[in-house]
Amino acid sequence: MKIAFTTKGSQWDSKMDPRFGRTEYFLIYDETADTLTAVNNKDTENEAHGAGPKAAQRLAEQKAKILITGNGPGGNAATVLQKLGVDCYINAGDMSVKEAYEAFKAGQLKKL
Amino acid sequence: MKIAIASGKGGTGKTTLSTNLASYLAETNKVVLTDLDVEEPNSGLFLKSELIYSEDKYKMIPQWKESDCTLCGICQEACNYHAVIQIMDSIMVFPELCHSCYACSELCPTNALPMIPKKMGELKHYKTEQFHFVEARLSIGEEQAVPLIKQTLKYIDSNYGNDYLKIYDSPPGTSCPVIEATKEADFVILITEPTPFGLNDVILAIETMQELHKDFGIVINRYGIGNNDIVNYCHNNNIPILAKIPNDKEIAILYSKGELLYNSIPAVKAELEKIAQYISALSANYLPTQIPKNN
Repeated sequence: MKIAFTTKGSQWDSKMDPRFGRTEYFLIYDETADTLTAVNNKDTENEAHGAGPKAAQRLAEQKAKILITGNGPGGNAATVLQKLGVDCYINAGDMSVKEAYEAFKAGQLKKL
Repeated sequence: MKIAIASGKGGTGKTTLSTNLASYLAETNKVVLTDLDVEEPNSGLFLKSELIYSEDKYKMIPQWKESDCTLCGICQEACNYHAVIQIMDSIMVFPELCHSCYACSELCPTNALPMIPKKMGELKHYKTEQFHFVEARLSIGEEQAVPLIKQTLKYIDSNYGNDYLKIYDSPPGTSCPVIEATKEADFVILITEPTPFGLNDVILAIETMQELHKDFGIVINRYGIGNNDIVNYCHNNNIPILAKIPNDKEIAILYSKGELLYNSIPAVKAELEKIAQYISALSANYLPTQIPKNN
């Protein structure tokens, strides 16, 4: 299974980014292959509108089924994620990626 | 003549000035006041008026026809606002992000995105004892103020001729809605308060008006609080200060009751008269349309 994190970097010890649409990176952890892949999302910084749907579309290409983030996606992005069947877990904005993954595994993150 | 009342900062007195100035000028002129702060119109709170006309306002948005779509992706490439995106084998439309530019619809090779109307807000036309008042209000959840402001300005232009003084209560800030509300104005009044916040934000508004090549002047509200920086700034940059409305508890009391000020507070009336004089001098030079002549 693939898990996506909203992050400020590309490593396990990178900080999580609490934002969804304007997150700096999506970090994709493939549990089966045990690989970590960073997807740069920094270009949404230049979007005046529609950063959420654009980021959700980018995430769709990664085929992740779980999203771990901070504040949670806004309305438009949530509509896309729902259509994709992605489960969102929130309130991990202040953690490192590793801490967020452990908290998810331990069932400590809130599901939207 | 078209006069827009704007500010950088919110809460500096745009509506207070708009309603009082409209009412005061209506004693000697034909006046129509328009509330273009469509996200939170509030001029109506201060006017005793009778509703004479209302209409729903629509914007055009694309609607996906799945049966005709080949999923070519041209629509999502065309949209600068990500209002149309392809997710797997479907096209999703986000009406609140749509700017009604028709690009996706026109460029679609199979006409799978026909444009349909969507209600975005309401326009209401009122009559007070002395003047006319038009208010536009965006529906809850709508994000785009500009299309409604544009349609409201069109309504005013088609209903009122050049013999009317048209006063526009503009949205706060310096972004697209403010540009739309002020770009056709002959004169812009920027109202601010003499505080560091007020100065910072009015400088942004001044720079915006300079970029738009607008003729403008400053009204200082709550004069007496803060410091003298705004006065010095205007002097150093040759920007006219039209009036200084005093900081007065009585003003706050009347405001809280939804009442106009100048009949109860002579100092406010005196400041409105200064603005009226300034506008009157401007309108003497003002020509509605100047078409450049070819020699």
